[in-house]
Amino acid sequence: MEFIKAFIVGGLICVLVQILMEKTKLMPGRIMVLLVCSGVVLGAVGLYEPFQEFAGAGASVPLLGFGNVLWKGIKTAVDEEGVLGLFKGGFTACAVGVSAALLFGYIASWIFKPHMKKK
Amino acid sequence: MQKGKQSVLFDKPIFIETVSSVVGKKESEGPLGELFDVVVEDEMSGKENWEKAESALLEQAVDKLLVKTRYKKEDFRYMFAGDLLGQLIATSFGVRRYEIPVFGLYGACSTFGEALALGAITVSSGAANQVIAAASSHFASAEKQFRFPLEYGNQRPPASTWTVTGCGAAALTNETQPVAITGITTGKIIDYGVKDSMNMGACMAPAAADLILANFEDLGVDEKYYDCIITGDLGIVGRKILIDLLHEKGHDISGRYTDCGIEIFDAASQNTQAGGSGCGCSAVTFCAYIMKNITGGKWKRVLFVPTGALLSTVSYNEGESVPGIAHGVIVENLSSQSN
Repeated sequence: MEFIKAFIVGGLICVLVQILMEKTKLMPGRIMVLLVCSGVVLGAVGLYEPFQEFAGAGASVPLLGFGNVLWKGIKTAVDEEGVLGLFKGGFTACAVGVSAALLFGYIASWIFKPHMKKK
Repeated sequence: MQKGKQSVLFDKPIFIETVSSVVGKKESEGPLGELFDVVVEDEMSGKENWEKAESALLEQAVDKLLVKTRYKKEDFRYMFAGDLLGQLIATSFGVRRYEIPVFGLYGACSTFGEALALGAITVSSGAANQVIAAASSHFASAEKQFRFPLEYGNQRPPASTWTVTGCGAAALTNETQPVAITGITTGKIIDYGVKDSMNMGACMAPAAADLILANFEDLGVDEKYYDCIITGDLGIVGRKILIDLLHEKGHDISGRYTDCGIEIFDAASQNTQAGGSGCGCSAVTFCAYIMKNITGGKWKRVLFVPTGALLSTVSYNEGESVPGIAHGVIVENLSSQSN
């Protein structure tokens, strides 16, 4: 059941973004920034956490989840360290994800060669 | 002889002695696949990066041209060549071993028209007896230059075009041959303020319309003067805009008009959205399909109009619009006149 929920919710988020890709002139980079920022806002108003508890990886893996992680990190850091936390919390919270992306991306570049798009 | 504001009719035609075309695998699977001289199956051409792969296309096209032509390499006094990459690296690295003096050209996807026009002017002036005109593009290097690296894996919107992997080269001469360049019309920069770099057909169609109208006016002719008018890479979107724009001015070209970007791919089965684009698109389509139809007598007189979208990633990121340019080249089969 957990898998099905994650699959459906994650898929629905992708469908919404696909509509943005095809029906608007937004460039992919902008759409990604939009997703991260939306995640931060949804986290801040307290909507994303219960949503993520319901959908699990379906909510935490898409970029909205990354925005939520940034928000949580900053909130924790501000609670503990005050204003300085603004500059620290986001990086602390996303350090694992970003480092893993760098590392695995680099490993992938050893193993795979670039190819043309087939279509 | 100067004609009107922006056209030239050559006193003596400039002949196209031979042409060569090199394409990638996808192009070879398209409707024109059978017509190309060389098909490069390996998209990397055995090189370690896309830029070198594109230079290799240019080398192969020039090599093939030098095999096909009856002139020696030393007979070619100049080469006019260009590509889409920053500082024309595909061209400069591609032609360095030939030791032929080079004019590097940038006209975005209109480069092949620009090369033919300048080559013809040079031969006409007596500055050279034989010159080479060439232009190349590569899907992967162009995506990297203008959009996103392929490794990033972004999606392509429906109005976007597919950069042709290929290079076309033509040998121009002052010695009589069946097919000749008899005149040119040089395009102005036309900017309708379109800002969507993924919809280049819409950016370039006004430039093509302006050029075709200027050609008609300068020469005192209309669309019936030509058997076919062929634009470079307006694609399906730009085609419709061009036909509409010219219709407003009282010219109906729809019956005698096509576009290299539409001809080169089968959009439905090859998933190329609006069609082919890139310097290589008009260059290989000209060197294979258009030359074949002119030599074969299907078309007696053609107005070849490669089109370019003059953007860079810098201008685009600074919020500039995407201006267009077009270069018109009149190509005729003169053999029937002498018969």
